[in-house]
Amino acid sequence: MNDATVQQLANEVRRGDRRALARALTLIDRGGAPVRSLRRALAGYGVGSLVGITGAPGAGKSSLTTVITQELRQRGMQVGIIAVDPSSPLSGGSLLGDRIRMYDLAGDSGVFIRSMANRGQYGGLAATTLDAAMLMRAAGFGMVLLETVGAGQSDVAVVDVADTVLLVEAPGMGDEVQSIKAGLLEVADVIVVSKSDRPDAPATLQQLRALVRMQMDSDAVWSVPVLPVSALRQTGVAALVDALLAHAQWLQTHPVTWRQQRRQLLALQRALESQLRDAVQQLPGWTTALAQLGQSDSDVLARQLLEEFVVNGFTKE
Amino acid sequence: MSDVPIRVLVAKPGLDGHDRGAKVIARALRDAGMDVIYTGIGQTPHMIVEAALQEDVEVVGLSILSGAHMTLLPKVATQLREAGLGHCVIVAGGIIPAEDSALLTSQYGIDAIYGPGTNTDEIVAFIRTTVAARRATL
Ligand SMILES: Nc1nc2c(ncn2[C@@H]2O[C@H](COP(=O)(O)OP(=O)(O)OP(=O)(O)O)[C@@H](O)[C@H]2O)c(=O)[nH]1
Ligand SMILES: [Mg+2]
Repeated sequence: MNDATVQQLANEVRRGDRRALARALTLIDRGGAPVRSLRRALAGYGVGSLVGITGAPGAGKSSLTTVITQELRQRGMQVGIIAVDPSSPLSGGSLLGDRIRMYDLAGDSGVFIRSMANRGQYGGLAATTLDAAMLMRAAGFGMVLLETVGAGQSDVAVVDVADTVLLVEAPGMGDEVQSIKAGLLEVADVIVVSKSDRPDAPATLQQLRALVRMQMDSDAVWSVPVLPVSALRQTGVAALVDALLAHAQWLQTHPVTWRQQRRQLLALQRALESQLRDAVQQLPGWTTALAQLGQSDSDVLARQLLEEFVVNGFTKE
Repeated sequence: MSDVPIRVLVAKPGLDGHDRGAKVIARALRDAGMDVIYTGIGQTPHMIVEAALQEDVEVVGLSILSGAHMTLLPKVATQLREAGLGHCVIVAGGIIPAEDSALLTSQYGIDAIYGPGTNTDEIVAFIRTTVAARRATL
């Protein structure tokens, strides 16, 4: 796909064409040169907030995403949703099932839901989701919700690129919370105890509130709310959305600099990786390397390619 | 291009409750290296088309046991075309009599129909070849 075609696609995205948005998201998912063209074409368009929703498998993230979206829609906002699920390490395929719980959002033209496989990447996924959020904003979806399972390094990376991190904790987690969730508790801006209709929810709420108080720096300016929400009974949703919007507002005057720096660094790393990979794949040695796959060590092959690149420089473009 | 995972939507149109068959297919396609978006039960044709559009899938897989296949399947096919998604490969599974099958594939834009107990390898192979052919024309 050439630059002009991508530019035209970008224009259609900005006009709010849903099919164009869907196709552009596919380009982002596939990576490579079109992604850079899209970034150039859309840089600076669209405003809004990216909320990362994370938590253990089955914690209630998709159900929560649905009720948050309904509340935001009632407040007149357009909502984009990116739902990330793990790829199968064996086949490379994925089973993306978050839409099942988002049934009630179907048919609303103010909502756009996209499922993505994480492809087992680390930093890469964070950049991909940032690009996807950029597209959704450019298409007019001001609020973007990013659902991702809070297990493994890749997801912590995703969490780092969000403006607001919402941690979802289901009732009855017992003593596990300190050890397992310590990393996530640190980066959470808002914490929800989901399924608050359940009888064991108040105890979890109390426990988490105590934990958060203990963790909080004495000079912290944003105080992390811990809120009970039932997606089933639809209680606590307005208070949660208030907190999310309050955090977005708060960010306007209190930029979390370490997080922004981290995001910029990530963007640079991603750009570097993809440009280097593309350049190396243009080298004559690339075909030779492919032929040696499985026989030579991949680290050695990569090193040879890099040396060839240093000597030859850019072959094309 | 050929190493790009095939994106498939698996949906269950109509009102009949159980989706065991659809889940078996969804898992088999994942295990064959495809990205499978599973929407669950109770999907109207409009919901299916809207999901196919947002997810930019190349294949729509429909599992249908309710007996309403002669109304639902053509509706999905027509609405996909109207939404500019005529390139999607449409595959249906379920209990569908042979004469209906023949009609659906010859006149109503359904690319393939599989009965219960079909070997999933056969479905995977069909999707792979058909998608490869369509990608080549785009
Ligand atoms: N009682 C009760 N159950 C809920 C509530 N929200 C979600 N659940 C149930 O919790 C289970 C998981 O819900 P999901 O919303 O799919 O959770 P998730 O975190 O998105 O799950 P994964 O994406 O698979 O990690 C489902 O069986 C829901 O019915 C709630 O508010 N109350
Ligand atoms: Mg989910």
